[in-house]
Amino acid sequence: MIAVLKQKKIAALAILFALAFPLLIPNNYYLHMMTLSFIWMIAVYGLNLLAGYTGYLSLAHAGFFAIGAYTLAILTVKAGLNFWLAFFLSCVISSFIGFLVGLVALRTKEHFFAIYTLCVGYIIYLVIDKWDNLTGGVRGFIGIPSPANIGPISFQTPVSQYYLVLFFLLLVVFVMYRIVYSLTGRTYIAIRNSEELALTIGISTMKDKLVSFVLSIFFTSLAGALYASFIRFLGPDIGYISVMFDLLIFLLVGGIGTMSGPVVGTLLMTSISQQLQFLQDYRMLIFGPILTLLVIFYPRGVVGGVIHWKTKRTENNRDSRVGKISSHSSNEKQVKEG
Amino acid sequence: MLLETKNLTKRFGGLIAVNNVNFSIERGKINAIIGPNGAGKSTFFNLISGFHKPTAGQIIFKGEDITHLPANKRAKLGIARTFQTTHLFEQSTVLDNVIIGHRLRTSSTLFDAIFRTKRLKREEAQCKEKAMEVLEFVGLTDAAHKIVANISQEEKKRAAFALALATDPEVILLDEPAAGVNPDETEGLEELIVKMAEYGITVCLIEHKMQMIMKIAHKIMVLNYGEKIAEGTPEEIKNNEIVIQAYLGGSAIA
Amino acid sequence: MEFFIQQLLNGLTVGSVYSLVALGLTLVYGILHIPNFAHGALYMMGGYVTLTMMSKSGLPYWLAIVISMIVIGTLGVLLERLVFYPLRDAPPLHDKIAAIGILLFLEAFAQFVWGADYQTMPTPYGKVVNLFGLTLTAQRLLIITSTIAIMVLLYFFLKKTFIGATIIAMSQNREGANLVGININKVAMMTFMISGSLAALAASLASPINLVFPGMGHLVILKAFVIIILGGMGSVPGAIIGGYILGFSESLGATYISNDYKDIIAFVILVIILTIKPTGLFVRRGQS
Repeated sequence: MIAVLKQKKIAALAILFALAFPLLIPNNYYLHMMTLSFIWMIAVYGLNLLAGYTGYLSLAHAGFFAIGAYTLAILTVKAGLNFWLAFFLSCVISSFIGFLVGLVALRTKEHFFAIYTLCVGYIIYLVIDKWDNLTGGVRGFIGIPSPANIGPISFQTPVSQYYLVLFFLLLVVFVMYRIVYSLTGRTYIAIRNSEELALTIGISTMKDKLVSFVLSIFFTSLAGALYASFIRFLGPDIGYISVMFDLLIFLLVGGIGTMSGPVVGTLLMTSISQQLQFLQDYRMLIFGPILTLLVIFYPRGVVGGVIHWKTKRTENNRDSRVGKISSHSSNEKQVKEG
Repeated sequence: MLLETKNLTKRFGGLIAVNNVNFSIERGKINAIIGPNGAGKSTFFNLISGFHKPTAGQIIFKGEDITHLPANKRAKLGIARTFQTTHLFEQSTVLDNVIIGHRLRTSSTLFDAIFRTKRLKREEAQCKEKAMEVLEFVGLTDAAHKIVANISQEEKKRAAFALALATDPEVILLDEPAAGVNPDETEGLEELIVKMAEYGITVCLIEHKMQMIMKIAHKIMVLNYGEKIAEGTPEEIKNNEIVIQAYLGGSAIA
Repeated sequence: MEFFIQQLLNGLTVGSVYSLVALGLTLVYGILHIPNFAHGALYMMGGYVTLTMMSKSGLPYWLAIVISMIVIGTLGVLLERLVFYPLRDAPPLHDKIAAIGILLFLEAFAQFVWGADYQTMPTPYGKVVNLFGLTLTAQRLLIITSTIAIMVLLYFFLKKTFIGATIIAMSQNREGANLVGININKVAMMTFMISGSLAALAASLASPINLVFPGMGHLVILKAFVIIILGGMGSVPGAIIGGYILGFSESLGATYISNDYKDIIAFVILVIILTIKPTGLFVRRGQS
């Protein structure tokens, strides 16, 4: 129980810090970076649900991020819809497209799934790039409105936008937490662990995979829509493979299949990126090898490593003080991808 | 009779893995399938549990034709199985591994999960209770909170049994339950299998350890090159000329 | 009719390049069961090495190609040793991610060294030739003929030499190959060597009619994946036939449907294949 309390405390502290951040560091540049990394975190949580917990590595998520972003842009600018209606619709439309893709993609496994989703991601990019009339093609899409007022609250200032994005991030984390520690989450983990075994214990794997896939895309497209309203300019590049790889790096560094991995990984990698800004387009000279070395030497990621260390320690403790410690030694377990 | 196959046949390309097999699993008994390597035993299991689609023939469970039912629906009807390799999630506790076994008897959805509804809480308690119950049945109560990676091979086998039992099965298919387990521990598993049958769960197993089969099985079917070459009690099988022939050159029958 | 045949010739040219890339990919998949996402980066590097050899060292086209093949082949071997070999027992997710890391690195490297600009590769075969009333550049003719020559060579290597036979044996049965005393490491390195060389050759042949730039490998590698799914993962004849099928479909599609969207044809084919058969076409027995 002590460990659980500790974890809750850490989470509460992190939330407090996030809430106080604009007061502690009243610097628009840092605020901007923080808001942006919150948006990435939401997308990484989406990826984590599917790749980390359900065991399906999708390489199409940058594409769905872009679909979310572009749909918002098109619905607000071209169709003139109310912002929040467009916001909601862009998540729903992306999820629906995800549903259609999932119907086919989830029949495939492992290599085929990765290759298939890689191709889907590329098709999305290609369509955005070529469909000039709708997306602005290579010239990009400008003039996306920032979030509309909700009653008396306006989202024109960096601080208010920060809190808006933080609100969505906390919502996503909360939903993720609820899912992961429920029978539904256990079902996903069972599928990731062994789909054959899951079938024999009566889990309708296709249905569960599809729900996980669509929800994962919902999160990612939500991040996309937030991105569009925050940056207010879109280019086809946001659907490109390099964005997909950013998401992967964030997830892997933090710890795939962990609750706090996306937060840790994204914060760590975006701040390292800041330090490496002089490299500009060449930052992949560093990130590429980091990604490769990481899977070779440290596939658990930062959070995964901590959990592993804690589990080991409590196991040893239990051996020496039998019965004294209850079962909830480490509430958060890492799902090792298989 | 609980489960029956009629002229069950499976071809892979030009190869016949299971040929025209008629077999019935007797209710409440321990039914065994033996045969030399590559005789089609595993394929036969995969057909019954729904992993392969038969090329021809029928599978009848409690009078219902389940030939075209997918594996997960068969599990819901009460057909459970274990694998040669346990497939357990090594980084998790035994209890956490087994809890999911009762999922098929619950109905909470993603919605229940997000809003932590009463139904979810009730069903989670129900799954945990079931898991503790089956862990007690297989004798793993003390190991419930151990990480799977740290328990012995025999305990893993028991955990895999528990997972299958958590589905509330009527028949349990055990694929080489004693493979990779030393002789002393094999006896413990034997007792457990007998206990399952006494408890009213029908058992069907594939096993290479002849001594074990001869000791606990009520009924044995012998497969060779995908065909049933004999069926009967252990005594009958031991003295069957064709069976002895088939095993010559392979491992001799004990 | 003449126009149609012209398109077929185009398809043959494009298909040749695809086949070469797909061949390398399928060989590696056959031996190590790795979908090498970094293969496109090897292709791109091949283009740059040849270009550099010609422009900086003033080497003739052919010599530059040979050097490029050796360099990229060696790079492939290095990747096998340093990345894929240590990951041989890791979960399947890992080597995919590692390959992606390599891809990112090599692309950034190319951009760092050679810049992001599109560059043209000069060729001594720029002349237009008339062949049976058809006009085509000598470079296209060269692509077609040298691809066929390389395929014939590869065929003899795989069928008639000992090391070639072991590659085939290993792709059919890894454990079995281990039992009969085949040195798996040697075969794996050899396969990466061949795979890298083929990618370098393909890039060097295609570059004079396309262009050289850091992202030149993206579409090619994706299409190569489609091809080997079409032709059967690990199948050598499948990669060749699949490459030409895609080449023809694209050149006909570009003419009769839309030039803008011709690149999507490959992915439409993939979607159709995997919709009908999720495990890919021509799955070998015992793999499903």
